[in-house]
Amino acid sequence: MQDTLAIDAQNLARRYGRRWALADVSLRIPHGRVVMVAGRNGSGKSTLFRILSTAIRPDHGSASVLGFDLVKQRYDIRKDVALLSHYSYLYESLTAAENLQVTASHRGMSTKGLQEILDRVGLGHRANDAVHTFSAGMRKRLSFARVLLQQPRIVLLDEPYGQLDPEGFALVDEVVHELVSFGVTVLIATHQLERGGRLADDAYVLEQGRLIWSGDAKECPSC
Amino acid sequence: MSLVLAAALRKELLLQWKTRTQFMAVFVFGATSLLLFSFAVGPNSEALRLYSAGFLWLGLLLSSTLTLAESYHAEMENRALEGLLLLPSDPRALYYGKAIANWFQLALLGVGLVPVMVVLYDAGTTDLLRLLAIILLGTAGLSAPGTLYAAMTSQARAKQTLLPLLLFPLIVPALLASVKATSLVILGDPMHQLPSWISLLTAFDAIYWSLCGLLFGRVVEE
Repeated sequence: MQDTLAIDAQNLARRYGRRWALADVSLRIPHGRVVMVAGRNGSGKSTLFRILSTAIRPDHGSASVLGFDLVKQRYDIRKDVALLSHYSYLYESLTAAENLQVTASHRGMSTKGLQEILDRVGLGHRANDAVHTFSAGMRKRLSFARVLLQQPRIVLLDEPYGQLDPEGFALVDEVVHELVSFGVTVLIATHQLERGGRLADDAYVLEQGRLIWSGDAKECPSC
Repeated sequence: MSLVLAAALRKELLLQWKTRTQFMAVFVFGATSLLLFSFAVGPNSEALRLYSAGFLWLGLLLSSTLTLAESYHAEMENRALEGLLLLPSDPRALYYGKAIANWFQLALLGVGLVPVMVVLYDAGTTDLLRLLAIILLGTAGLSAPGTLYAAMTSQARAKQTLLPLLLFPLIVPALLASVKATSLVILGDPMHQLPSWISLLTAFDAIYWSLCGLLFGRVVEE
């Protein structure tokens, strides 16, 4: 099972106060797939991604990510999973290049080749500008660059199209195709159902924290 | 861990450099506190000199809460600290990087406030090396628990109130030892008590730095 599934989650649940943000969600995601997680605002998509990235713990349920236990082996999971969150994880007073340098140096990676990644996300010309001068879309691009820099085996993209222009949409699609060609598993939580549906192999639909549908993305009823 | 620690320290120093105007504001706050203490005592130069060490450390303590709380502002703005933890980074390395950077900043502040103390209280000393050593040890005693508690309170609404409430009782031994040692350097040490106070300060520093590093992961990780 560990060899065939990138993510194997059973009955994941998480509550904030009295409200269950996620209840009884199970996923089986093979390696190298593009999976769309759809649902309305507050349906639990971000909570699910935050649990799978180990940013928060589930209150119930268990999961294995790349063969590692979600709760007991968080550090191992983090080495190979990257999350594009709705938090940008950026330092406002640092430049784009400095933000990527911080990421690279904390991962023990070389800081060479950062300009290439910035060029890739269309921010090469703003490498030395502080993040606080960036628009929301540019921040999203830089966060995306941060994810690519980590060279993960699983990428969790929470609303990757949010705040981006049409060029940015195309960039996300292009990069997802590229990641999949390298065997990376990509999960996308998005409101852009048509676009996400075209990109994804499989889809999961959440409503009020519960999984209400899963299957082939082309047959997704909400897409 | 050493690689991540070096990276964390480099990042902290870079952030401090980018927000250096904040440091100037904290320094002015500390200097103003020393000035206000002198008003409280009045024009009694002997009393001013007698209490100068206490005033210096109180000024430093009050300023430290601003410095420590501010050190998490950048981390919480876009949840950058969570981003670092997910890379993954060892929480202890992140803690020690921040605590060392805070220590550096507080020590610099302490050194900067000494001339203000000399001018306002006429409390000079020729034993500058010992004074510097005490400032380094004393600010280490503020920085280690301060960095931990600032992390704990960084997401609270009343963080500016909570941080001093939690921190001040904990650092009483280090503060007391710092004041006593500084006072002995300024006023003279006929009974050779200085080594005992420095030993006490060093012992508390060792406890703070080892214990807080271990607890940091539990504070920042859910």
